[in-house]
Amino acid sequence: MTQTAPRTETIAPAPDHVVSVDQVGIEERVARLGSRSIKKSSKVQALKLILSQIDLTTLEGQDTPGKVRQLCHKAMSLHDTLPDIPHVAAVCVYPMMVAEAKKALGDSGIHIASVATAFPSGMATTQAKLDEIKLAVAEGADEIDMVISRGKFLQGEYQAVFDEIVLCKEACGDAHLKVILETGELGTLDRVRHASDLAMHAGADFIKTSTGKIQPAATLPVTLVMLQAIRDYYYETGRMVGMKPAGGISKAKLAIQYLVTLRETLGEAWMTPEWFRFGASSLANDVLMQLQKQQTGVYQSGDYFSKD
Amino acid sequence: MSNVKHAIKLNYDTEWEYAPAPESTDHISLKDRYDLFIGGEFVAPKSGVYFDTINPANEKILASVAQAGAADVDRAVKAARGAYENVWSKMKPAERGKFIYRIARIIQERAREFAVIESMDGGKPIRESRDVDVPLAAAHFFYYAGWADKLDYAFPHKTPKPLGVAGQIIPWNFPLLMAAWKIAPALACGNTVVLKPAETTPLTAMKLAEVIQAADLPPGVVNIITGDGSTGASIVDHDGIDKIAFTGSTDVGKIIQRAVAGGDKKYTLELGGKAANIIFDDAPIDQAVEGVVNAIFFNQGHVCCAGSRLLVQESVAEEVVTKLKERMQTLIVGDPMDKNTDIGAINSAAQLERINAYLELGQKEGAAMYQAGGKTPKKGYWCRPTLFTDVSQSHRVVREEIFGPVLAIQTFRTLDEAVTKANNTQYGLSGGVWTDKGAKIFKVGQKIRAGVIWANTFNKFDPTSPFGGYKESGVGREGGLHGLSAYLNLH
Repeated sequence: MTQTAPRTETIAPAPDHVVSVDQVGIEERVARLGSRSIKKSSKVQALKLILSQIDLTTLEGQDTPGKVRQLCHKAMSLHDTLPDIPHVAAVCVYPMMVAEAKKALGDSGIHIASVATAFPSGMATTQAKLDEIKLAVAEGADEIDMVISRGKFLQGEYQAVFDEIVLCKEACGDAHLKVILETGELGTLDRVRHASDLAMHAGADFIKTSTGKIQPAATLPVTLVMLQAIRDYYYETGRMVGMKPAGGISKAKLAIQYLVTLRETLGEAWMTPEWFRFGASSLANDVLMQLQKQQTGVYQSGDYFSKD
Repeated sequence: MSNVKHAIKLNYDTEWEYAPAPESTDHISLKDRYDLFIGGEFVAPKSGVYFDTINPANEKILASVAQAGAADVDRAVKAARGAYENVWSKMKPAERGKFIYRIARIIQERAREFAVIESMDGGKPIRESRDVDVPLAAAHFFYYAGWADKLDYAFPHKTPKPLGVAGQIIPWNFPLLMAAWKIAPALACGNTVVLKPAETTPLTAMKLAEVIQAADLPPGVVNIITGDGSTGASIVDHDGIDKIAFTGSTDVGKIIQRAVAGGDKKYTLELGGKAANIIFDDAPIDQAVEGVVNAIFFNQGHVCCAGSRLLVQESVAEEVVTKLKERMQTLIVGDPMDKNTDIGAINSAAQLERINAYLELGQKEGAAMYQAGGKTPKKGYWCRPTLFTDVSQSHRVVREEIFGPVLAIQTFRTLDEAVTKANNTQYGLSGGVWTDKGAKIFKVGQKIRAGVIWANTFNKFDPTSPFGGYKESGVGREGGLHGLSAYLNLH
């Protein structure tokens, strides 16, 4: 595949080689990884790791400061009756809610992630996107979750997509940049791989599957392809890039399969909240319920866990 | 394309480990001693001799089985002949089909028991016996059951007739599955059977005998007798046998060919292999690496069609080898009964000795050896997954079938060079091509002289697909329509 001709405002060339992905092979590998049996102490360890990797998320038009405060409290104290429970990695909100979240989280060590760049559609001018990032960072966001321009990507304007990510990265300053590929709109695993490579070469600190607003959101095949892209980029440049599957991961059992996939693709260095996140809202409670069950042997009613 | 510019190692020795997840063995029933299954019942061997079969993962004795001597073979052949003459050849084909369907269904119902016993007796991971061996064995019976009353349609303008009594000798790498490959088409075509499982893995065959009893097959239609090579020789030499079907080593295959030469016995032979996987530079590399892993480390490499050679185009060779080595670090070697085990126990002490001799030889020949897979248990027979690089066509580890988890890697520059190297072997059972270009798949596939070519995948089996070798990999085909014709007179 050829890239579009470089334009005058080009910042750096996008990677020109497109790595091919075999969908059947990916699905077989995912099935094999999914057959790993995770039990007992291994399961407890995984569940706690998952909690520490969650970006607790609320991204609704009807979000209120009260809801954000509630979410931040949950982030800090997931379930105080269970011992040795970590806190989540971050809360993820709209830019308008960053200040509220900052106030609520204080010095808890929990990061504030803000979506930006006309999330979820990305339908705005580059300047508007950059302004939104700067606003979110100024309000106190530690991490910015941007969306790529899927329209341009699907039209073959890879350089434009690449350039926009570069500018967004600059606008982030010290904040970490997560690049949402919205894989549910890309259609093929080849395109998922191509978009991953573009984003990483343009400076992404994390690559992320989905906004959660489009179906399908995160899937294991898509995640495996992105993890393999991260590994190849690491071989090539020596720079680690993080991974965030988001949307549709609401059960602990499924989240454990993501961890297995991560473990057997990238290994130990990525098995931390610094390099792997789950974008999820209801996952935490299912994980907590499983942890409670490991302790008591029985499942408790969902009403024993706070819904935020 | 990813270039491996940095000498970076990924660390798969993670703090988070998988806890043991052993499959329970409470639900199986094994007798202490198995007699011969002849004429529909279990009978003591005339020889009076029994030998032990052990679990290669812990060297514990599982059961003792009978050693069939020449007199026992004669008894089995006579039982098969009687059943052929009086019952099976006269039965309506649709009725024969019903019996075969019944066997298939009972295997499905007892799938878990079969899987557990297969892994205990043979050392293969429970994941494979559960997901591959047992379901495929049932699938073969289902497939051939359907043909029993449709043989006229399988061979239009011919008059298919059964051959008579088939003597079938099977190997230890897929004990139940090979029994299914042999018995199902033979019965569907109206033949009766004397089957001998391998010495080290007789137990699922004896459980299959119980299934055949439970399915109420007429006595003598299927006879299963255990023993060593001498029992096999007695079957091959017996005058009452009309057809020999053998799967095993090329050396024994040659002995069988000599024994049947000049006589009336028909034969099919499924022998050794030294298949090459060819990875071109336009291949999806990560999936190709995964395919190579499945090709050589499936069933500890105890697979006649294993991809035991890898030919990789030079521009991606470094990437492929790096990724292969990393992938091998995540392979779990150990207890076959653990659901997370990827590579189980080597089938027998003798086979382990043979593999180890090749590992020594390869290093002596100057090849670079790499092994992964962590610590192996103290008891039992184990071989970690192994790569040889810096090898050429003249290295014995490239030329000879090792039948273990050992891969020899060479590079190539042009398509023609890859094809020449792939074909430069006495064997021709299988091959693999990895490329993103459809046209290249056909071009290479036509040039490789082997019975099965897989494209962008490997070790895929289906009862509808014929399987068999070129050159010293065998004679005849099993599976599909081709597999029927091996058990019929088509005049």
